Amino acid sequence: MRREGVPIIVVVPAAIGAAFFIVPLVGLIVRSPWGDAVKALTAPETLEALKLSLIASLSATAVALLLGVPMAWVYARVAFPGRNLLRALTTLPMVLPPVVGGIALLLAFGRRGLLGAWLASTLGITFPFTTVGVVMAETFVAMPFLILTVEAGLRSMDRRYEEAARALGASRWSVFTRVTLPLIGPSLFAGSVLCWARALGEFGATITFAGNFPGVTQTMPLAVYLLLETNQEASFILSLVLLLISLIVLVGLRDRWLRFA
Amino acid sequence: MRNRVVLMVFAVLMAACGSGAGNASTSPSATPLSGTVSVFAAASLTDAFNALGTSFQGANSGVTMKFNFAGTPTLVTQIEQGAPADVFASADTTNMDKLKGDGFTSGISQVFARNKLEIVVAPGNPKGITGLADLAKAGLIYITEAPTVPAGKYALQALKTAGVTVTPKSLETDVKSVVSKIELGEADAGIVYTTDVTAAGSKVSGVPIPDADNVIATYPIVAVKATVNAVAANAFISYVLSAPGQAKLQSFGFLSAS
Amino acid sequence: MSLDASIRLTLGPLELDMAITVDEGEVVALLGPNGAGKTTLLRAVAGLVPFSSGYVRLDGKVLEDTATHEYVPTERRSIGFVFQDYLLFPHLNVLDNVAFGLRSRGVSRQDASRKAVYWLDRVGLKSYAGSKPAELSGGQRQRVALARALAPDPRLLLLDEPLAALDVTTRAEVRRDLKRHLDSFEGIRLVVTHDPLEAVALADRLVVMENGHLVQTGTAAEVTEHPRSQYVADLVGVNLLRGNADHGSVRLAGGQVVAAAGAELGEVFAVVHPRAVAIHRTHPEGSPRNVWSGRATNIELLGNRVRVRIDGEVPLVAEVTPAALKELNLVEGGEVWLSFKSTDVSVYPA
Repeated sequence: MRREGVPIIVVVPAAIGAAFFIVPLVGLIVRSPWGDAVKALTAPETLEALKLSLIASLSATAVALLLGVPMAWVYARVAFPGRNLLRALTTLPMVLPPVVGGIALLLAFGRRGLLGAWLASTLGITFPFTTVGVVMAETFVAMPFLILTVEAGLRSMDRRYEEAARALGASRWSVFTRVTLPLIGPSLFAGSVLCWARALGEFGATITFAGNFPGVTQTMPLAVYLLLETNQEASFILSLVLLLISLIVLVGLRDRWLRFA
Repeated sequence: MRNRVVLMVFAVLMAACGSGAGNASTSPSATPLSGTVSVFAAASLTDAFNALGTSFQGANSGVTMKFNFAGTPTLVTQIEQGAPADVFASADTTNMDKLKGDGFTSGISQVFARNKLEIVVAPGNPKGITGLADLAKAGLIYITEAPTVPAGKYALQALKTAGVTVTPKSLETDVKSVVSKIELGEADAGIVYTTDVTAAGSKVSGVPIPDADNVIATYPIVAVKATVNAVAANAFISYVLSAPGQAKLQSFGFLSAS
Repeated sequence: MSLDASIRLTLGPLELDMAITVDEGEVVALLGPNGAGKTTLLRAVAGLVPFSSGYVRLDGKVLEDTATHEYVPTERRSIGFVFQDYLLFPHLNVLDNVAFGLRSRGVSRQDASRKAVYWLDRVGLKSYAGSKPAELSGGQRQRVALARALAPDPRLLLLDEPLAALDVTTRAEVRRDLKRHLDSFEGIRLVVTHDPLEAVALADRLVVMENGHLVQTGTAAEVTEHPRSQYVADLVGVNLLRGNADHGSVRLAGGQVVAAAGAELGEVFAVVHPRAVAIHRTHPEGSPRNVWSGRATNIELLGNRVRVRIDGEVPLVAEVTPAALKELNLVEGGEVWLSFKSTDVSVYPA
């Protein structure tokens, strides 16, 4: 039996595409001053930014799970008029320029925002310039990834298992926790990881809505941007760190978990 | 017969143009300017330079002006990384010296304007700020530029001189971001240039900082070494330094160069 | 104590209108061709399919009644459902699968495990407790599905085509085991199948369904001796005619009159076994009163007999030996005469 090679019409664009992603990474590795790496990485501002980034991105992912899974469930299982429109609106942040997202958040939750004004005057709660604001900005841009992935998983699972569970006496909540969630485990995991990675790298919405202050709102991407002006080489190293963290996580996402068609 | 008349008219015109050659004004020089001039200028120069660019383009129809406004350190990074710039206008001498020291400039840099700091607040000054000391008031949201940005550096200097200690809620990337957040009502006060307060018009109010505490920012301008349009670049610089150019800058609130 | 249901519903092209009663002491098989609505009826009894009107009562208690708007959700009914594809939870091992129904009803982990092990033992799969369903063979999975359904001690056992997913060799063996379990089950048992052999092997009473409606019900013997639909007639392998009887003859819908010894009065079914139908190449002489012309449209060799389908005024299937076929020199499309004795016609009221 003849083994057919990959057709050239596929290889060439694929190779170009791959190079497009690989060359910048190689450039970063080559240009980073490895000698100063340790100093740059252990500087207190760096560690502070890294800590804040991890806390904020993990919190954003947690919020995304809490709110996003029910939304995905509604989109996948409940037919109601306007469902498509609602789904489009809640996935809009995926295609919106992040700064636009930040502005939208300000207009809604800022001190003079639609809801923010009431919250500030009645409850004294404000979000800009706070870590909570960072989590909000990151959740806003990253949650759609989780919703879409989980919805796809719910749509593709065999719903008859839920019937089997009901026939065995499981309540609706029990069916959800003991059968549905485990069965969509892979897409739940993949969605969470994509969401976390997106939240970790968020810049535009964060700086616009939450501002930039070390220890409170200065996440890694913001720190890197500012370092670019004072200590270029340190910014290269930190960029590399961010890139490698994301790369490790994405490589760890085995391809079978990404198969949510 | 007709050709000779055309030639004569042409010669007369050339003579008339030629007599204006040495003039550093907006009238066309001997050979008309052409091409694009990319100007990388500090964010605080946005409105003023847009106006200067319009006039310069009006007088030199063959030239297209392109502007890139951002925090000064960002511009330096971009130029050093190879971004195509013809002219660089900095908000302080430190950044200019860095670019010069790294070998990215051509010719000498010249100071073309100066600026002063001012406190920017919401229109009508609802929180009743009277001076730098009020910025430390409890419950007041004060923001400023990151210390790597000239305005941020100057703000810290002014506060130190005045003996005021206050922690900002955010370190923005340029003066315009600070003004935006004041306009949006997200922050109560910030320190920017007087020109920024003027540029924002009725959307903000300003509280002056006494000269004793204030910092004078000097803005130098230079041609970038890697320019591809040295003639037009230098012509624009000359225009900025000329009397009409200076007058225009001052109309936006900038102080004279000297 | 019994299951008593009367259900009317529309699901896509299917219009179901069925009433069924199953007593404690009998295993009932719901038999019918694909698309008859058997599985839909089963699922409706389980509460998984909404119906437009009707009721379901188990042991006198109402599970669902459209007239009074009562509805007990599936999870609160005491049922054990074995699905056609078994639907063993892939993320749980065999033991946890069997224990699922018990755990769902609040039984402690220890007690549930113990009961699950007991049932796995009963189906002979105790050593597979830690395996995942994917590691089991079809027959083994069927047994786990049965154990899983029985472990919570349900009152009503519903089986949907329990042997359909198995290959022929496994089927016979599993069928025997299943019969044993069904017989020892103390509740109400309803099995859905499209395989008449399966129905006869497992059940005491057959309920035959076609196009969402009841066709006939009775023991295997009753049904096979007196088929009341073409479907059952085909299953049994006999010719079925229907018409109006009048003392010794039956007038068919098309006007043909069939001489039938036992015919009296009224709407009747008439059955003629293929073996009683004789084939001739020319008009037969002699006694048979029923002689019709036709054309052989299909000749099928089945082992040591041949089935010939003859179309004509009275279309019938005849069965002859291969030798006889040769003698007749008959091929498909050939013109023939068929005949059968009036005493070979079995008649019963429609």
